[in-house]
Amino acid sequence: MRHIIALLIENEAGALSRVSGLFSARAYNIESLTVAPTEDPSLSRMTLITRGSDNIVEQILKQLNKLVDVVKVMDLSEGIHIERELLLLKIRVTNANACHDIKRLCDIFRGHIIDVNKDSYVVEMTGSSDKVDAFISTLDPHLILETVRSGVSGIGRGQRIL
Amino acid sequence: MVGETEMLTGADILIRCLEAEDVEFIFGYPGGAVLHIYDALFSHKNIRHILVRHEQAAVHAADGLARSTGKPGVVLVTSGPGATNAVTGIATAYMDSIPMVIITGQVPTALIGNDAFQEVDAVGITRPCVKHNFLVKDVTKLAETLKKAFFVATSGRPGPVVVDIPKDITAQTAAFSYPEQISMRSYKPNNVGHTGQIKRAAELLINAKRPMIYSGGGVVLGDASDDLTALTRELGFPITNTLMGLGAYPASDKQYVGMLGMHGTYEANMAMHECDTLLAIGARFDDRVTGEVKKFCPHAKIIHIDIDPASISKTIKVDVPIVGNVNRVINDLRNAIKVNKNQVDAKALEKWWQQINNWQEKNCLQYDRESELIKPQYVVEKLHEITKGDAFVTSDVGQHQMWAAQFYGFNKPRRWINSGGLGTMGFGLPAAMGVSLAHPEDTVACITGEASIQMCIQELSTCMQYGLPIKIINLNNRYMGMVRQWQEFFYDKRYSHSYVDALPDFVKLAESYGHVGMRIENPDDVKGALEEAFAMKDRLVFLDFMTDQSENVFPMVAAGKGHHEMLLSSMGTTDRELA
Repeated sequence: MRHIIALLIENEAGALSRVSGLFSARAYNIESLTVAPTEDPSLSRMTLITRGSDNIVEQILKQLNKLVDVVKVMDLSEGIHIERELLLLKIRVTNANACHDIKRLCDIFRGHIIDVNKDSYVVEMTGSSDKVDAFISTLDPHLILETVRSGVSGIGRGQRIL
Repeated sequence: MVGETEMLTGADILIRCLEAEDVEFIFGYPGGAVLHIYDALFSHKNIRHILVRHEQAAVHAADGLARSTGKPGVVLVTSGPGATNAVTGIATAYMDSIPMVIITGQVPTALIGNDAFQEVDAVGITRPCVKHNFLVKDVTKLAETLKKAFFVATSGRPGPVVVDIPKDITAQTAAFSYPEQISMRSYKPNNVGHTGQIKRAAELLINAKRPMIYSGGGVVLGDASDDLTALTRELGFPITNTLMGLGAYPASDKQYVGMLGMHGTYEANMAMHECDTLLAIGARFDDRVTGEVKKFCPHAKIIHIDIDPASISKTIKVDVPIVGNVNRVINDLRNAIKVNKNQVDAKALEKWWQQINNWQEKNCLQYDRESELIKPQYVVEKLHEITKGDAFVTSDVGQHQMWAAQFYGFNKPRRWINSGGLGTMGFGLPAAMGVSLAHPEDTVACITGEASIQMCIQELSTCMQYGLPIKIINLNNRYMGMVRQWQEFFYDKRYSHSYVDALPDFVKLAESYGHVGMRIENPDDVKGALEEAFAMKDRLVFLDFMTDQSENVFPMVAAGKGHHEMLLSSMGTTDRELA
């Protein structure tokens, strides 16, 4: 089962490696991990995606809680929540047709062209990982010059606050 | 000094913090990055520095002190190789949850990351084997960091904490005040067990027909031995201790059925297999305890009391988890049982004890007492007799460790000091140094083997310097015995690199350090030699017992087997082809 785990951690040097080190040391799967400071600069918020049986995910949550720097942990996938990922994509533009196609796809997927060059565009798009996957799959892979994905960030709906 | 402020160097602040924590001993080895600290130590008289011969031994010695006293052990080593040499000791303490604070020197802040002389990323290297670690980058944060280090090391599930201090920080000055209290928003261990769960546990225990208590190192660490003993006696249930929990319940008591696990007794393992209710206290269902997890306690409802939530349902799913401080939870549980004025099922219990007594009749720890060779088990039995079962016993790792655990019969907690989790050869002698320093009036023995002892043999020099009258019981079978045993059983007697060739003359070796050495080759001489050695109250005596090379540790639960599938000794068959 795929789980999305949110955690608050002291914003100190090495905090990220405590979390990533835990996953590698205990052979837990980690699909993506994002981290940035919160409105309180002494805290960082992390979102990580992992896969595992219920037992393993229970252990992951306990082991994360056990890290001395970790303030709070929540399995967002236990309740209703929102997930978003940011995509930055550089696409080769060969002719006017290609240019038109990209603009059309951007409209459909609610992306934006944020950089235009003679030979290439940069597209910005946010959405669930599925939506990002779907967008990428509609493009000719030969035209993709660079794919940059942020990894998933997540937040609980309504009263669910970490 | 707490509360007042005065300007001190980082080095002096460190020493003052250690004083405020009532640190009596610090085990260490100087080097470039810690020279300011050593300079500060030179004029402080309240803290005794013990100079070891290798940093690994400094950590083991502090560990031995911590295990035998319950107080945190403190270590001071330099940067680079000082820190890396300490890692084995730190990992040893981590696996057994021993409270320690390890101060590592670091290159000056400006040089960090520069591949400077004797630089190593100590925080990075130790991260997976510490409870927590800190790099101090600001001298004004030093005192607070040390307070946190001691708090984290000694609270909750204890463990080692590394504080890495760059050299320039130890020279800079700051106002010193040591915080009396510290609160960390990210670290709040839970001590009180859940009342509802305790009630459920009490009901299960009352209704048990074939109950079993399995207690581990957590009872020793949590100083809950008396509470455990009271609970066990009130219930009248059989009890087994893990390797780490030996002594938590008196081995001489009739309710005690011996150690469990890979080399546990027949009765303890069979009772585990057949029980219908298991009360696990401060134990972590280690693989050496459970055997094959699919076959573990197949009939039992399991109650698990532990301070660490991550230990609960990690390998074995339990029915009633109780997170909390063991002695608190045990006492709450005793009250919960009393409140209901419920009685255990005496009839069922009597039947259960009959069954256990039948298993005990197997006499699973028997060995050949008529042998013309010295049997290692016999040496441990005689050691128990001569020390009246009241010595502090440290051990290394292997067969001798198991015989010590099986045959010494510990009646008090904190008397049995061994590396159970990491299984660190070389632990015994330095650990004995820490025990001996902390308990100068008590008898300290180190049961070891000729392979293990050589891993930290240089500490004979430290023992001489500080006059530590440890008695080294070297069970010398010229083999890495446990490796040989596995090769005999599972590798078709292909004794690959387990024979220890070119051994030193341990008697002369001990003498060259200024100690007393004795070699014992006949069973008839064992008792006399031990008596003679232990009569030398102020000398370290190295007793080199030439033991039977072919002896194996039984019972044994082999890999993939359940508790009920033990190998028992086949006494009398000694046709093993040994080199």
